[in-house]
Amino acid sequence: MANPAVELAGVTKRFGDEVVAVNELDLTIEDGEFFSLLGPSGCGKTTTLRMIAGFEFPTEGSIRIHGKEMGLKPPNQRPVNTVFQSYALFPHMSVAENVAFGLNMTKVEKSEVQRRVSRVLDQVQLSKRADARPSQLSGGMQQRVALARALVNEPEVLLLDEPLGALDLKLRQAMQVELKDLQGRVGITFIYVTHDQEEALTMSDRIGVMNEGSLLQVGRSEEIYEHPASRFVADFIGDINLIDVTLNGSGGARLSSGAEIALPGGTTGSETQITLALRPERLALYDLDEEIPAGYNRVRVKVSRRLYYGDVHFYDVDAGIGTEIEVKEENRPGVELYEVGEEAYLAWSPEAANLVTS
Amino acid sequence: MAAPPVTDPEVTAPVTPELEHAAGKAEARRGFLIALPSFIYLVLLFVIPLGLVFVYSFATRDATGQTVLEDWNLESYKRLFSTEVLEIFLRSLVLAALTTGICLIVCYPFAFYIATRTPRVRNILLILVMIPFWSNFLVRTYAWRVLLGSEGPLSQLSVLLGGEPFRLLFTNVAVLIGLVYGFMPFMVLPLYAALERMDWRLVEAARDLYADGWTAFRKVTLPLSMPGVVAGSILVFIPSLGAYVTPALLGGARTVLMGDYIVSQFLAARNWPFGSALSFAVMFVMLLATIFYFRAGAKTL
Repeated sequence: MANPAVELAGVTKRFGDEVVAVNELDLTIEDGEFFSLLGPSGCGKTTTLRMIAGFEFPTEGSIRIHGKEMGLKPPNQRPVNTVFQSYALFPHMSVAENVAFGLNMTKVEKSEVQRRVSRVLDQVQLSKRADARPSQLSGGMQQRVALARALVNEPEVLLLDEPLGALDLKLRQAMQVELKDLQGRVGITFIYVTHDQEEALTMSDRIGVMNEGSLLQVGRSEEIYEHPASRFVADFIGDINLIDVTLNGSGGARLSSGAEIALPGGTTGSETQITLALRPERLALYDLDEEIPAGYNRVRVKVSRRLYYGDVHFYDVDAGIGTEIEVKEENRPGVELYEVGEEAYLAWSPEAANLVTS
Repeated sequence: MAAPPVTDPEVTAPVTPELEHAAGKAEARRGFLIALPSFIYLVLLFVIPLGLVFVYSFATRDATGQTVLEDWNLESYKRLFSTEVLEIFLRSLVLAALTTGICLIVCYPFAFYIATRTPRVRNILLILVMIPFWSNFLVRTYAWRVLLGSEGPLSQLSVLLGGEPFRLLFTNVAVLIGLVYGFMPFMVLPLYAALERMDWRLVEAARDLYADGWTAFRKVTLPLSMPGVVAGSILVFIPSLGAYVTPALLGGARTVLMGDYIVSQFLAARNWPFGSALSFAVMFVMLLATIFYFRAGAKTL
């Protein structure tokens, strides 16, 4: 199919007169893509998903699935299926009946229904629990039933609304890998709604970051993480230091402490307030007499806190700029630890920084 | 975890199995004491009278019609199978079933409507459902006599439209209208309770899986609201079967129902043993109906 899987054009959703849940959203999701809508709760990501599914209709705008305008089509006439946040499994039906529901509705032949249900249950390793009621299954199993119930219909687009939210950490991480693999195998377009940035980063081909009803940035995981386009995106995705600086006119900037630093190449402008976004893992601490790689920025700091995370050490350091800067150092063998109160140089490559406005 | 038993706060010694056991027993005793008043009430005013009725159903009558508690026999029970009684029974059963069915059909959409409103509107509607209870049932049933009589508005409307005046009063239809009217709230409330608990995301899931609105209702909403349907049906069917006031006021002399038949045995005919046997027969049918309903309801869940 040449058409993109899903196209949203100027989609706005208002509830009542005042609440704007989604604001003039333009988004194109390619066929076979694993696309995540990422944002804090109430950002409009779930409403967007529900509009694609047909549970809500946009106040304005157009939603096309593989080129076909969806308009006011009810959910049952759309070539999409949803995996609900709470799974929404039918409690009065067995696992197999749950999975067969969609096929029975579309008048698929009985033998074909049986064949497809048993195949998909095999895929999610639940063949042995086909006759169980959902309430007899663990959270992880229910999750897989919900997935099987949607996938068995071979929809053009699969919509997933925080499907891993209710699982504990270990299971969630395992399911992330499983979901990603599954998507690769079945080749169906996945639209995945989550507020968990790690989940979005690890699974997605592309991510759309939303806040307050607007789509702020769309891009591949690395783009979003390495080059956030706005302060909100930088702050929302991962840990980050946001440092207010003043451009000095010669491609560099001045911290509020007065220290001069170099910025990524090509930065121009002077006496403008701007925010420097620096990932903690791109920062390093050096002894005062240690050699620092050429071209790196160096700022003299004092360690004010050290937190042990097992795999990493987190330092909060004071550079005299009002807020503390967070540094993340890997817990490698023989790594040199800095004690609270110790002075050191904070150093980073100018290219590791991002300048964000607003 | 269960709440720790409330024990004597004075005892602060380390706990031993004996102390723990004693605390558990004290807890059980306290529970029994709380239930005791209602227990006494039920035994005095329900179990004992019912036992008396049971005993009377095996008694005989002397020449003057007085009940004598000797010569125990099954005559009253044999009479239950006479054509007259079976006819009354069948009529009562059909009427109770019709009342239940009509209430269900009328009340389900209404309960559905209430359950899907905002909490504010919901409360107002629920109060409206309960308003009829604020005035006496007898008074309301008398009002139906006016409405259904030959001088009533229904009849007048028929004349106005060029038809014949008619009278529904003293017919089975009048009784049916009265019963449906009287027991409607008993159907609405359990149905509402069941629908209010509904997880509407399940309906969305059904719609998502290609079910149209009606199919989603049939496959998901209805089966999941069965507990309400069962409870409402029992609450309407049982009082309809034994109803006395409504058939007595709205029904005709030729359409005797179980309720007034039993009353007439105790009062006019002064046949206490037979009246008692009839009462037990009705209770037995109600028990069967209840078991049947619960079984049917349990199957869907």
